[in-house]
Amino acid sequence: MLMKGIQMDLISEDKLDGMTSMEKVRLILDEVKNGKILVLEKGLTPSEQNKLIELTMVEITPDNFSGIEIESYPVKHGNRLLDKLLGKTSLRTRLTVIGPADQLKTIKKDRDMISALVSAQ
Amino acid sequence: MGIMKRMKSKFSFLKKLFKKRRARIGIYGPPNAGKTTLANRIIRDWTGDAMGSVSKIPHETRRARRREGVTINSNGSSVTLDVIDTPGLATKIDFHDFMELGMNEEESKRRAKEATEGVIEAVKWLDDLDGVILVMDATEDPYTQVNVTVIGNMEARKLPLLIVANKIDLPESSPARIHGAFPQHPLVSISALEGQNIDLLYQEIADHFG
Ligand SMILES: Nc1nc2c(ncn2[C@@H]2O[C@H](COP(=O)(O)OP(=O)(O)OP(=O)(O)O)[C@@H](O)[C@H]2O)c(=O)[nH]1
Ligand SMILES: [Mg+2]
Repeated sequence: MLMKGIQMDLISEDKLDGMTSMEKVRLILDEVKNGKILVLEKGLTPSEQNKLIELTMVEITPDNFSGIEIESYPVKHGNRLLDKLLGKTSLRTRLTVIGPADQLKTIKKDRDMISALVSAQ
Repeated sequence: MGIMKRMKSKFSFLKKLFKKRRARIGIYGPPNAGKTTLANRIIRDWTGDAMGSVSKIPHETRRARRREGVTINSNGSSVTLDVIDTPGLATKIDFHDFMELGMNEEESKRRAKEATEGVIEAVKWLDDLDGVILVMDATEDPYTQVNVTVIGNMEARKLPLLIVANKIDLPESSPARIHGAFPQHPLVSISALEGQNIDLLYQEIADHFG
């Protein structure tokens, strides 16, 4: 029997660190437009989030693609003493889930838990 | 009058003297949060004009609008701003949603197309601002990507951000939930429609963007 289902890709922090912003955004949109759900171990920076939103808008078409559902946690503010002494503010992005808007629906989210519903088309 | 106050007034005098331009403040948030309702109220209260049209159908604002030189006075301090009302930010736009709200297919597709362009415009404006008023509908879940993205942008640029928990006239509103989600940022709870706490908002605007 052929198993019908939804493919889910978990992308590691190491892989993401080795990619440029544009490569990340392109990968996300290509995969999501193919109906995949992506889980990124480490989230996108604010400027990468901007790029992703802009490119998503460009690629929306009436009958094929209505956009993405994306959920992440608010950026964590680093409070390492060393960073503070050096006057650095470290912003750490966190786990992110992305999928096609018509298949991924966030049910509930709070500071520490994302609960999502994935539906087959 | 303490020495601090005198120094402060001296500083603001110098600041005015050397300031190249007024602070540009963008009004951001998801579709339907009440951004234009708030912009209209601010502009009406301080200039007598209006900003743009309001609708219960999302993505009513599809072009950013700027109103220059809005001077707000509160508790003896005064601040002059350029106010930008932006299109609601979203990661998805489906024309079927507009059809469900009673528009025909052609209108719905056109609105969806214009809405995608509006989102891009709103994102681009983030590069040209000195601060943001982030409007959220306090009856809705605050943990959305749109809110996280706007806040992340302002934090990364170290620019002032003021969160407005709107629609507190509605019984199911919960400004506390918004504060719980983003505790590190100042928040004012208002009704842009009915005017509750609007003076408090003007005071916060004068404090944060002055
Ligand atoms: N109950 C209540 N309704 C409000 C309030 N503020 C705005 N609204 C209503 O919410 C709807 C959307 O208001 P708009 O001001 O058009 O919202 P917007 O954020 O500019 O929306 P877009 O331009 O579509 O992104 C309208 O029906 C308003 O009357 C409020 O404080 N209380
Ligand atoms: Mg509007």
